[in-house]
This record gives sequence, structure tokens and C-alpha cells, in this order.
Amino acid sequence: MTLLLMLFVFMLAIAVGNELISKVPPTLHTPLMSGANAISGITIVGALMCAQFTDGLVSQILGVVAIALATINVVGGFMVTDRMLGMFASKKKSKEK
Amino acid sequence: MEGFQLSGLLYLVATALFILGIKRLSKVRTARSGNQLAAVGMLLAVVVTLVAPEGQVQLSWTTVLLGLAIGAGLGAVMAKRVKMTGMPEMVALLNGFGGLASTVVALAEFWGRYEMHHGDFVGPNSPADVSNILLGGDIWAVAIVLSVLIGTVTFTGSLMAMGKLSGKISGNPVLLPGRHLLTAILLLGGLAAGFYGVFAAEGSMATTLLFTLCGAAAIFGVTSVLPIGGADMPVVVSLLNSYSGLAASMAGFVIGNSLLIVAGALVGASGLILTMVMCKAMNRSLANVLVGGFGESSSGGGGGGGGADEYTGVKSAGPEEAAMILESAASVIFVPGYGMAVAQAQHVVKELGEEMERRGAEVRYAIHPVAGRMPGHMNVLLAEADVPYEQLWELERINGEFKTTDVTVIIGANDVVNPDAIENPQSPIAGMPILNAHESGTVLMIKRSLSAGYAGIKNPLFERDNTFMCFGDGKGFLVDVLSELKES
Repeated sequence: MTLLLMLFVFMLAIAVGNELISKVPPTLHTPLMSGANAISGITIVGALMCAQFTDGLVSQILGVVAIALATINVVGGFMVTDRMLGMFASKKKSKEK
Repeated sequence: MEGFQLSGLLYLVATALFILGIKRLSKVRTARSGNQLAAVGMLLAVVVTLVAPEGQVQLSWTTVLLGLAIGAGLGAVMAKRVKMTGMPEMVALLNGFGGLASTVVALAEFWGRYEMHHGDFVGPNSPADVSNILLGGDIWAVAIVLSVLIGTVTFTGSLMAMGKLSGKISGNPVLLPGRHLLTAILLLGGLAAGFYGVFAAEGSMATTLLFTLCGAAAIFGVTSVLPIGGADMPVVVSLLNSYSGLAASMAGFVIGNSLLIVAGALVGASGLILTMVMCKAMNRSLANVLVGGFGESSSGGGGGGGGADEYTGVKSAGPEEAAMILESAASVIFVPGYGMAVAQAQHVVKELGEEMERRGAEVRYAIHPVAGRMPGHMNVLLAEADVPYEQLWELERINGEFKTTDVTVIIGANDVVNPDAIENPQSPIAGMPILNAHESGTVLMIKRSLSAGYAGIKNPLFERDNTFMCFGDGKGFLVDVLSELKES
């Protein structure tokens, strides 16, 4: 992919991100921040790609560290968000009873 | 070639899932499914990368599995163990890890190329070197510098924010002398070292310079959060969340991966918008928050200034009196603040609310957008305690209701009910939207002492005729009130 295309994609993604969350009730600000934070753990894909350099010890160690850190961000982030949102959901269910 | 196209297509699906996920996260009804969609997108992205990575690189499985196992284990344990009150710190910490991961990705990419040439780094534009670089040497080098810079600032900044949120680091703004000059030197010096390192230096000099950038960025992250008060940490965490997205995006430019670029930019933009929303709730500009030192000026004798010991005519009430006041109330509004989170008082608040309802009173909860340490912090806590969603009223909706309300019970909130914000134009918080608790018949203010809130300013509500200060730990005091009420 050419650089120009990538810059295009970058710009459009920013525009979409802007539009997506213009209207969010304050209730959801924390879960939204937490969920978006988990998505920023997408750098995990970058970390996995780093593991391609198998011929050097230092880059391998760096690879493990990068993968571990990104995975904490992803797994922890989604689970924490789910826990927060789960409380809203369970409340609704108990009311329906 | 086929694998490359398929992985690109599946990355597109993952991107769509992220966009849908964020979209659904912004509505109460669909929020949980939105989070799950985004998680599925992430899983898809990881699996695709493992099975058919872009450019068909050969992965080292030991490295991959070791990293994934450590990360997933630690992440799951942390997410399960954290208490709801500790959520803001948790988000800050996770965010810091994400930022650091982007830094390490850029460093590993750089180092890999360095090791490939047996310690002889020859610069990004050498013909021998660009063979594996998807985007060309210059962009690769610039992206490495930016990824390292933003990622490291996110990491140390998030740790500082976490320390301030949990009280391990003083929440007061710390103003170093000459800090603006210091931060400018750190930033420019670090960038100069980084750029010289990736573009012009040779051999081990290049890595040394890149680590210099790392160090400068780390100190920059600390010094830029240090002068910001604890009350502004939600804004800082949200902004750092935006940074970590940008860092991931830059890492995408480093390795030439469109998925990283898109997902990172999405988070970068949405994080920035959320930051703006929060600043707006405090009636301050982002620049004003970031310059820091908020609340410091008030002690210099400004209009709203004055120490906490200068209160006159404060009336206090014990649990018995508070119970008597509540007994005759036909309508009650609870105003929770950070103190409720610290005291873990949300469950007893809810019990008290139920007791009042049983007695036929109308019960509502007024939620200020920046109450607590995170937007929505109070909503999360009260939801944990099973307070019905429709009893939670937002600022705009409830502010007209205080006038006709008998009793307002304030639990550990201070600055968000400070009438100076509307009555004293000289106050540092003048113009900040507040909950008009002072308009209600009686105000019961449950607080440990007369000390100032995070803005560090005096609250004239304490001295009002209709205010009773209820000194004590929020939870203990409310338990006593509740048992008095049940006896009567």
C-alpha cells in the first residue's frame, strides 16, 4: 500500500472517530473510554509482527515484552469494560422480573 | 500473494467491527454488545496475524505464545480483581501499557534491522536496508521517532495519573520552577536526538540516541502531568487514551499495517472528543487544564480564595438530627461525589434511598458530569449498588428541581455544588456548571471536615443557613442515619 493511501486512511479514520462519539450520555463515558482504550491495544498486531525477527536475542525479548504489554491492554481492557457494562445490564434484567 | 489479500480483507472486517463497536458503545442499550463486537474484531485481527500475516512473514512461535500467555494471564487477573472504585486507576494503567507496547514495537522494529546487519546500523535510506520496509525509509524513520515519543509519554503520563488518582502521589499540582522551559528542552532535545539517531547516526550511536529520546519522553510524560491537580485527572486519562491510539497508529506506519493505522486513529479521534466533552463540563479549555496549577492561585487572595479555616456560622448535625430532617422530607435528592467512592458508601446510600421511598418520599440522584474521578464514575458505582437507572438524573434535567426539593443529601461532593461558581465572578471556578443544591430546602452535607475540594477553594455552601454539615465518614454516618430512621 502506498504512503498516500495510508495517509488517506489515517485522515478518514480520524473523521469517522470524530463522528462516532459526538453524542454519548455521561453514563457511558467511562465504559466508552475503557472500550476505546482496549481497541488502542490493536498495537498487539504490530507486536506480533515484530516476532518475525528471529535472528536476534534483543529483538526477541522486545517482541515478548511488546506482545505481553499489548495483550494486557486488550484482555484487561475488554474484560473491565464488560464488567462495568454488565452491571447496567443485570440491573435492567432484575427490573423486568 | 493470496494470503496477503485474504488477511487484508479480514483486517477490513475487523476494522468494521471496531467502528460498529464504538458506535454501539455510545448507547446504553447496545453498549455491552458493542464492547463484545470490538473484542471479536480484536480476536479476528490477532488470529489473522498469527495465521496469515501481511507480507507473509515467518513468526517465531515461542516468542508469540510466551507473550500472549503472560499478557492474557496478567490482564485477566487484573480485570477480575479490580474494585469498581478503582476503575479510573485501572483504565489509566491499562492505557499506559498500551502506550508502552507501541514504543516497544517501534524499538523492536528498529533493533531487528540493527541486529540484521550485525550491529551495523546504516540508516533507513541505505539500499541494503529498505528491502523489508513497506513504506520507504524516511516515513519508517519518522514513524519510529513519533511512535517512541508518543508511546513513552503515554506510559509515564498514565502512571503519574494513576498515582494521583489512587492517592499514592499527592493530588496537588506540583509546580517546578522553570517547568515550561524544562518541558520545551526535553521535547525538542528528545526529538532532535531521535531524528538524528534514525537518519544520520551510524552503528551503536543510533540506538543510544533512540534511547535518549525514550528517556526524554519518559521525563516529559512525568513533568507534564505533575502540575495538573487530581481533580483534572479524568481529562488527563482521556487525553492519554487518545495519545495511545495515536501511538498505535504511528506503530502502524512503522510496520506498514493499515489496521493499526485505522484503529489507532479511531481511538485517537474519539479520545480527543471525549476529552473536549469533559473540559466543557468544567467550563475550561483543554489548554487551561494542561497548563496546570489550577487552584493554586486562589490562596493568593483571589475573590473566591481563603483557607478552609475561615468559615463562620457553620451548623453541624449528627446522625439523629439528620434522620429527623429526613423523616419529614417528601422529596430527597442525593448528590454523590468522590467521597462516596472513597468511603464505599454507594450501597448504604441506596438503602437509605429505598427507606425514604418506603416512607413515600420522592428519591432522585443528581449526577454532575465530572463528579468523581471519571465521567460516569458515579453512574457506575450507583449501578453497582442497583440504584434504578431512572432515578439517576443528569445536571441539566435536575437543576430546576432543587427549588422544590425538601432535602438534598451531599455525600462527599464539594466543588460541584459550590455556589461561588454562579454567584462570584472572581472565583477560579466561575462559570463552571454546578448542581444547584443550595436552592433546596435543607442541605445535609456529609463530609469528613471543612477541608477544600480538589479545586482547593472555599465553598460558601458550608456557611449557608439551610446547610447542616454532617462530619464523619460517609458510610459510617449514613449507617447511623439509616438505623435511626428505621427505629422511628
